[in-house]
Amino acid sequence: MSDIIKEFNIKAGDFDHAGEGSMEIRTILKSQGFDTDIVQRVAICAYEAEMNVVMHGGDGRMSMTIDDTGIALEVSDDGPGIDDINLALTEGYTTADEEVQQMGFGAGMGLPNILKNSDHFDIVSQKGRGVCLTMCFWIKEGA
Amino acid sequence: MKLSDVKDILKADIISGEEKLDIEVTGGAASDLMSDLLKRPKEGALLLTGLTSIQAVNTSVIAGMSAIVFVRGKRPDKAIISHAKKHKIPILSTPFNMYTSCGRLYAKGLKSITWLP
Repeated sequence: MSDIIKEFNIKAGDFDHAGEGSMEIRTILKSQGFDTDIVQRVAICAYEAEMNVVMHGGDGRMSMTIDDTGIALEVSDDGPGIDDINLALTEGYTTADEEVQQMGFGAGMGLPNILKNSDHFDIVSQKGRGVCLTMCFWIKEGA
Repeated sequence: MKLSDVKDILKADIISGEEKLDIEVTGGAASDLMSDLLKRPKEGALLLTGLTSIQAVNTSVIAGMSAIVFVRGKRPDKAIISHAKKHKIPILSTPFNMYTSCGRLYAKGLKSITWLP
């Protein structure tokens, strides 16, 4: 059995509040006593995924689940979807506009960073039908 | 290196978080591109950036960094300062540019937080 610890909505285009959910996730994991490495890796993936929804998505949502084996994040949105997932996973490929790039994002590194910092990563998308990301982080023995 | 040493080496003003000048910074990271900083966790690192957006504060919180120095004399607006206070991230502003700031800190022994790309 697993416990859903946290669920929140992400609003497309709301750059002022982008990242708040991810920072809350980080605070929750820290207070649960997880070690720094896993807390930071989860936070980084949550933040990149959250920024992706704010930048590209329609509105979206994030949920974090914790059980004995690990932590899972699921992020989905109602945005335009991804035409070519392999291309989107290529470091440096981006469709972000200039406004986003002035904020230090949109350099085609979000999905590659998620790939690097998660233990398991799954992406499902279809053009016109949004994106769904699943990210898992295993809890190490003795951690 | 203590944050107070960083302040002296960079002739920086402290904009908020004066009470945290005592903290240790474990290394440095410098970029205007937030996703560059999010490649790996950077626990305890000092962030040097020219990006004065709210996302610079969020990125430092998410990646576990300890303080932010804005280079080239940049100063964030009030909303960003209060956001940094809320998240207990001290912020400084140095007149030096990014290259010189990094060089001055490196020469005094503050190395990169990671040798990984």
